Amino acid sequence: MAVAPTDLTLTVAPAQRGRVATYVRRHPTIAIGGGLLALMVAMAIFAPYLGTVDPQALAPAKRLKWPSAEYWFGTDMFGRDVYSRTIYGARVSLAVGISVSLLAIGLGMAIGLVSGFNRWVDAIVMRVMDGLMSIPAILIAIALMALNRASLRNVILAITIAEVPRVTRLVRSVVLTLREQPYVEAAIASGTVSIKILWRHIVPNTMAPVLVQGTFIAASAMITEAILSFIGAGTPPTIPSWGNIMAEGRGLFQLAYYIVLFPGIMLSVTVLAINLLGDGLRDALDPRLARRL
Amino acid sequence: MLAYVVRRILATIPVMVVVAIFVFALLHLSPGDPAAIIAGDSATDTDIARVHAQLGLDRPFYIQFASWAWGLLHGDLGISIFTNLPVMKLIGQRVEPTIALTVSTLIVSVLVAIPLGILAAAKAGTWVDRVVMVFAVLGFSVPVFVLAYILIYVFSIATHLLPVQGYVGPSDGLRPFLSHLVMPSIALGFVYVALIARITRASMLDVLAQDYIRTAQAKGLPNEKVLIGHALRNAAVPIVTIIGIGVALLIGGVVVTETVFAIPGLGRLTVDAILRRDYPIIQGVILIFSAVYVLINLLVDLSYAVLDPRIRY
Repeated sequence: MAVAPTDLTLTVAPAQRGRVATYVRRHPTIAIGGGLLALMVAMAIFAPYLGTVDPQALAPAKRLKWPSAEYWFGTDMFGRDVYSRTIYGARVSLAVGISVSLLAIGLGMAIGLVSGFNRWVDAIVMRVMDGLMSIPAILIAIALMALNRASLRNVILAITIAEVPRVTRLVRSVVLTLREQPYVEAAIASGTVSIKILWRHIVPNTMAPVLVQGTFIAASAMITEAILSFIGAGTPPTIPSWGNIMAEGRGLFQLAYYIVLFPGIMLSVTVLAINLLGDGLRDALDPRLARRL
Repeated sequence: MLAYVVRRILATIPVMVVVAIFVFALLHLSPGDPAAIIAGDSATDTDIARVHAQLGLDRPFYIQFASWAWGLLHGDLGISIFTNLPVMKLIGQRVEPTIALTVSTLIVSVLVAIPLGILAAAKAGTWVDRVVMVFAVLGFSVPVFVLAYILIYVFSIATHLLPVQGYVGPSDGLRPFLSHLVMPSIALGFVYVALIARITRASMLDVLAQDYIRTAQAKGLPNEKVLIGHALRNAAVPIVTIIGIGVALLIGGVVVTETVFAIPGLGRLTVDAILRRDYPIIQGVILIFSAVYVLINLLVDLSYAVLDPRIRY
């Protein structure tokens, strides 16, 4: 008595896709957020061609110059060009945001799927996740960084570990709801292998909420990276990340606030772009939740 | 009710056990010898051996954990590597500014955010609503230290209205105490206000669509009475939940805020400990913050039964 589950998904999918397209048209936040983000990504990729100089080049004779035609964003206490450092900083921030988002989603999906499908694993994994979630994410990242050498890779790993519990919880809750769906029960009853059920019926349905969550993780990872670098537990000072530039300008704020200002604006705008994109995606993909928020 | 309270309190025990195991295991999660990393790059073999002995790293893992956990249960968080003082004592010395900052931020944020959310929901779709929502999106996007520096520039450097940084205890006069707290609290509370306002609006909109609200309006109750008496009461559970969950934002933000404003609290203690790789302090602070977070969310859970009499456990 196999209800053809594929038929069900087929009838739903085109309608949903059409709705998504209308939603995107109706929600300019996706366009604004996506556009701003694309601009930032382009800036990061083409950093060497945007009138920048070597972001690490020291010029002690030209230190602490205010923004001018020659130095658009001024120079820092070592005479380094703040404009070049800020443009190159986009690479670090975006790399952290994107990597953490992908890694956390990959790991969280894997753990959440298994956990949602196996009661034994679930009991143990969820206790661990509950514990981890009761430690503020930034403190987990700080603790991990304090014991590891400062490097971009370690920053990405530390923030990923801090973000995984939230993805796991989300994926697990979606899996638990889906498991009760008639088409999944039908698939189980007709003897479909678990892996196949997961892959064909569960995973595609977790995509929408996970995608939305992924954008918010990217935004929060970028802020966390900046905070870590700012308090001296992030990327090594040799890498011009926005947090590092701001940390270096910290002591000079009253004298040369522009060193903190420009990377601060860039970070805020990038995070804003990602948040707008995430809000728009959520509105488009999950109208029920969208009405509430 | 009593059974629910007891059950809920007991449920926090496994959570705190996991937290404790994680915080303890952190030391062993790093590749290589933690003692070598703590001792620093220029450490000699004797330095490393000293840290080894101090942290008890030369003993078997389970014995290390057992003795650490035993100390923990007796309020002993270990000895700071750098200062050789008990971590508990160091935390005790630094706790006042952090409590002053977070409690004032929490109270002011809630008092600002909930009316904002109610206003946005009551005027849904108008420019008032849109302003509040734009403010909320900004709140999520401007990192706490960026906002902190903007505030310092506007209120201290440009206009000299408020002190640039520092902390003055309440015993040294209420005015200086408050004037030193204004900017840190705004910077720290911004994202928290955004979060609470957004959920308040969403939750109110849900409730305002209910039939009994229309009934209340139809029988001629004044608008405020409907909003506060009928709607807010029923919208309270998600709002209180987010107030509890959002405390994580405050705890994370405190570390940064105290650094920017040079406030000698637990956040500053943590940052100093990171720079000196003083691991027992970092462990202690994380444990304390997590315990407070768990406790607050326990109170939130318990408040459900009071807020919504329909909830029976």
